[in-house]
Amino acid sequence: MTLKKKQTIFTAAVLLVLLLASMALDATLPSYHIAITCVKKATVYALVAVSMNLLNGFTGLFSLGQAGFMLLGAYAYGVLCIPVAKRAGVYQYFDGGLIQFSLPEIFAGFLGDTIGSTVGMLVALAIGGLLAAAMAYLIALPVLRLKSDYLAIATLGFAEILKAFFQWNALGPITNGSNLLKSYPSFEKGTSYILLAGAMIAIIVLLINSTYGRAFKAIRDDEVAAEAMGINLSKHKRLAFVISSFFAGVGGGMLAMYNGTIAAAPFKSALTYEILLIVVIGGIGSITGSVLASFLYIFSSEWLLRGLDSGTFLGINAPGIFKNGFRMAVFSVIIMIIVLFFRKGIMGDRELPDLLVRRNKKSRKEAAGK
Amino acid sequence: MSKNVLRIENATMQFGGVVAVDNLNLEINQGEIVALIGPNGAGKTTAFNVTTGVYQPTNGAVWFNGEKIIENHPQGKMKKLYKGENDGKYTHVLAPTPDKITKLGMARTFQNIRLWKSQTVFNNVLIAKHCRTTAGVASAIFRLNRREEERQRQEVLELLEVVGLADVKDELATSLPYGKQRRLEIARALAAEPTLLLLDEPAAGMNPQETDELTAFIGEIRDKFNLTIFLIEHHMNLVMNISDRIYVLDFGKLIAEGTPAEIQNNKRVIDAYLGVAEDA
Repeated sequence: MTLKKKQTIFTAAVLLVLLLASMALDATLPSYHIAITCVKKATVYALVAVSMNLLNGFTGLFSLGQAGFMLLGAYAYGVLCIPVAKRAGVYQYFDGGLIQFSLPEIFAGFLGDTIGSTVGMLVALAIGGLLAAAMAYLIALPVLRLKSDYLAIATLGFAEILKAFFQWNALGPITNGSNLLKSYPSFEKGTSYILLAGAMIAIIVLLINSTYGRAFKAIRDDEVAAEAMGINLSKHKRLAFVISSFFAGVGGGMLAMYNGTIAAAPFKSALTYEILLIVVIGGIGSITGSVLASFLYIFSSEWLLRGLDSGTFLGINAPGIFKNGFRMAVFSVIIMIIVLFFRKGIMGDRELPDLLVRRNKKSRKEAAGK
Repeated sequence: MSKNVLRIENATMQFGGVVAVDNLNLEINQGEIVALIGPNGAGKTTAFNVTTGVYQPTNGAVWFNGEKIIENHPQGKMKKLYKGENDGKYTHVLAPTPDKITKLGMARTFQNIRLWKSQTVFNNVLIAKHCRTTAGVASAIFRLNRREEERQRQEVLELLEVVGLADVKDELATSLPYGKQRRLEIARALAAEPTLLLLDEPAAGMNPQETDELTAFIGEIRDKFNLTIFLIEHHMNLVMNISDRIYVLDFGKLIAEGTPAEIQNNKRVIDAYLGVAEDA
């Protein structure tokens, strides 16, 4: 069997096992169980982290606008999906709001209840993604002339402006001002999240391994050489920016679904930093790393380290030490250890299939020397 | 007379008050190997950068295959500062980015090797094929361009075979020995399917044996790929062996042009650059 074949089978097997595991979780545990909640949140974070990695890790554009694009996706999802009957209650300060339709209900009208509302929700997510992509296209022209830190500052500023803009009262009939959007439908099962985010991530992987993905990597490695070899820099950077924003928008919609309510305030820069942290821990330039790190990060911060805050951890009962806030202290130490001892992240720039290839000593030495 | 491929016309490149290239005129014809030589800092690489679109000339024009591809005249602050000649001769601005010029059929290598470090030898050459790709993003993502991709991969394999790098195709580009990295850069430029190849000091840092191999190699690829070659080089053995004609720059100005024999006996060139053997 050739190595390539082995790798394909290995990857397929791992993915299948994960899918079956999530289905088993869904079947055995109630939907409010912490494990399922963590799976949902981690999947959403994984999608956004991979979309950020596409930009930061594969194209070499250090952008921090992720939260802004997620906000667009989240609002698009909420605004388009709240049932018409509940709009009066949600938009109580704005006379029931401006928009008086709901995509899941429209699609349910001619596709039947279950399929129709699912299709409607997916369409709303896609519209959120497209909205984020369109916004990215608009700001790409001025912003992508900047390099490294300056680009980061500009995109960060853009996200903050967007956040403030969505809380503006004059937009209330659509965004509900600074009040919550709620009562919209969401996926119940963790598996639905995994399938949806998995499909999105698969598209990003296909993109990265295509001729365009290779061009992105060339831009990251050496911009001057890339341009000299006929790669149109502005076109390709904008392409990466727009595609990354599309998936961040979809991820934002899914985060709204997971949270159950939407407000502009949580889409602050701290959200972007969380995602950035995941990308760095996983390995800049590794999709597998980003996904793995999302699950580790969410499971430990939401669940596994909870005991550190509430008195009992790993069977040790020490309410004096394990009290509120201790979890974050331990978490910071873990992150510092990772940054110090796994400088290239958990995966470096390797992917799932590469785990089958044992690196020889020489290349390992080179990697250490870098 | 054979067809004119490249014509640089009254090109002046001025950085602030420094005139790096001063009213350069040169022509390269189909199938020729033309060298540009001169002391360090004479403006050779600047001339290359003007030709390939990295810099926009302050004044002058560049013609490629009978078509004007670059033109500029002093504007803004430069209007007052301009110290070159032919002010007012050019009135249009034509400033394509380097990638557009590469697509027209001009590819280059760099003085200090600029390979894509994280990529394998094979991918370095394959990426250069990207500028010839016709597939859109969607068809590339969903692999609808399989035939084109397969063809490109095949072409890259053949190219690597020709340049003698087929056995190391899966190694990282940066793990190759120096001479092979130079060769890979040339292979990468060839993958962009150029008609004019610009080599910026291809033999820099090579020992005499590697230089001889490179000399033969440049001749080979010229014949095999039907190329015109424009090169900058300091190894006089290489230059005198393969060049059909030579241009000499000193302080941005062209001080001589001619066949290798003429250049070797030109007094100005000897004074400015070549020098005389100590026992002469």
